[in-house]
Amino acid sequence: MTTDSTSRQADQIPPELLAEIEERITHYPVSKRSASLPLLHLWQNHFGFVDDTGIEWIATKLELQPVNIYELVTFYPWFRREAAGKTIIRVCRTLACAMAGSYQVREKFCAATGVDPHDHSHGFGHAPPTSPDGKFSVEFVECLASCGSAPVALINDDLHERITPETVETIVKELAS
Amino acid sequence: MVSLIPQPHPRERRVIFENISRPGWSNDIDTYVAHGGYEQLRKALGMQPQEIVDAVKAANLRGRGGAGFPCGIKWSFIKRDDGKPHYIVVNGDESEPGTFKDRYILHNDPHQLVEGVLIAAWALNVKLAYIYIRCEFPHAAKIVWNAIKEAKARGFVGKNILGSGFDCDIYVHQGAAAYICGEETSLIESLEGKRPYPRIKPPYFPAVLGLYMSPTIVNNVETLCHVVHILRMGPEEYSKMGTPGDGGTRTMCVSGDVMRPGYYELPAGAVTLGELINDVCGGLRPGRKLKAVIPGGSSAKVMRADEVYKIKGADGVEKEIPMLDVRMDAATLASVGTMVGSGGVMVMDDSRDMVWALNNLNQFYAHESCGQCTPCREGSLWMSKVTTRIMAGEGVASDPANLKTIADNIAGRTVCAFGEACSWPTQSFLAKFPEEFAAAASGGK
Ligand SMILES: Cc1cc2nc3c(=O)[nH]c(=O)nc-3n(C[C@H](O)[C@H](O)[C@H](O)COP(=O)(O)O)c2cc1C
Ligand code: SF4
Ligand code: FES
Repeated sequence: MTTDSTSRQADQIPPELLAEIEERITHYPVSKRSASLPLLHLWQNHFGFVDDTGIEWIATKLELQPVNIYELVTFYPWFRREAAGKTIIRVCRTLACAMAGSYQVREKFCAATGVDPHDHSHGFGHAPPTSPDGKFSVEFVECLASCGSAPVALINDDLHERITPETVETIVKELAS
Repeated sequence: MVSLIPQPHPRERRVIFENISRPGWSNDIDTYVAHGGYEQLRKALGMQPQEIVDAVKAANLRGRGGAGFPCGIKWSFIKRDDGKPHYIVVNGDESEPGTFKDRYILHNDPHQLVEGVLIAAWALNVKLAYIYIRCEFPHAAKIVWNAIKEAKARGFVGKNILGSGFDCDIYVHQGAAAYICGEETSLIESLEGKRPYPRIKPPYFPAVLGLYMSPTIVNNVETLCHVVHILRMGPEEYSKMGTPGDGGTRTMCVSGDVMRPGYYELPAGAVTLGELINDVCGGLRPGRKLKAVIPGGSSAKVMRADEVYKIKGADGVEKEIPMLDVRMDAATLASVGTMVGSGGVMVMDDSRDMVWALNNLNQFYAHESCGQCTPCREGSLWMSKVTTRIMAGEGVASDPANLKTIADNIAGRTVCAFGEACSWPTQSFLAKFPEEFAAAASGGK
């Protein structure tokens, strides 16, 4: 992982993030280790990804070894060690959505955002496929628990339902503006 | 915020979704309290804890997370006064393909869940509860968290709840996009900050050795909401809504090839599969015929439309019934070799290719296996590779038999029930649609 001395995330923790981290740890009075996932979420939400200094910082904070955090970042698909696009489009791939056309929807999203549709790199801490301008990532994810309004996509924090190839264009235009 | 809230179908009986369907409903505490919210908590705090456990038992409430274990019996494994800390962990991971009910409760009626958690906490002597929500529901996490804060400000959560002397804190914990975290022991490991490798049972039954190795009750979101209504209606009236072994209403999440997909809350066993599809969901698209139904989330064994089942009636006499006459309750679906599971009903019409559908599910399981046990890690991947190969037109005649062998060597040989969950689709699709697999494997694609 590239972590040069000027971009070390651990050196750039703003006071608000630190306060949130301290507060979050209090939710786990029995074991601080339980705060691992919450801290990773707070970190990734702030920095966009978790670099090696982040892994070490969180481990030290929770009195763990770096490997205890590293093994989470490489297991849970949500976490990444590289920057993703500013907008992340997560298209549901699973049965109900596939029946309703999610494979075409993913391809349309790729075409509209410039993401390589043949790139399926994913997981183990990698960022999802991202457009050359860094604006968008598009990836397939598994069932988003909205099968009744298939096909769906989670775009950043918002669920978009009953997407059609035609509405993809509109959605991407709105996101880009 | 969350759009899919159709008005109730006349056959529905909305209990869990009653509030959500009210005109002008909003998810804040004032609205909830104005409609009788937290009155059952007040009532519970005046009851003996054992009375509550007994009421849940008498109500015949089964878990709504998938396994369908009787809730009252699970609760009675907790010895209230054993001096150990006890925990409640709410399973809001909702990841079983086809299932979409907890999403609406979490977003639109969070206080119903918080009240259910508190009643359970009093009954089980729990002072710390966590609500585990999949991270793909970021708004839900904020909404539930806000609901807890509102409830705390009113004295329903925290110290000395409603002057009873009882203390309980509740926190929201977010997952990180792994399906396996829905499995209860995996969820506990995840909550402990570890890789979510399921624990082996025995000895790690959550009620014995759960969170932080203490007695823990893991319940699904919907299950805990039902507890509020068991107290409100009384166990007798509540259980009358269902069948003798399956009390209350069940939320059926219907997706796929029907005219009106969506969630429908129906008394357990009140409708047959045919009534659900043709009446409640408006039937299939014009000109289409039914081909297959997965009745209880993607792991449930598939049913074929022209199948005829032999089942014993209440009078003990065996009779033959067509697939569409199967009642949607736990016992009936089990007796025809599948399960009501999490209530996710996936409908496929005659335009669907069963090899394609199975391949889709196999890819899901290959992606989601935690990798801890060899049969599941390797087998789920092999099954996915074989069906992918068949779809690419490169199948060989022995592929269906190989698929069956692989699946048969996973189920029953793994740490957790994901082993069954990933082999049942392959086993049942092959058994029910052998001709399609044979044709596709021998170059038919
Ligand atoms: C692979 C797997 C995935 C599961 N996913 C979920 C889930 O997403 N939500 C859920 O409530 N239960 C899920 N369960 C069932 C839980 O292990 C557990 O039985 C349930 O949460 C207990 O709650 P209940 O008794 O209220 O149903 C899953 C089980 C397995 C084996
Ligand atoms: S059965 Fe599969 S998911 Fe369950 S513990 Fe084993 S490898 Fe993990
Ligand atoms: S299959 Fe796409 S939301 Fe469930």
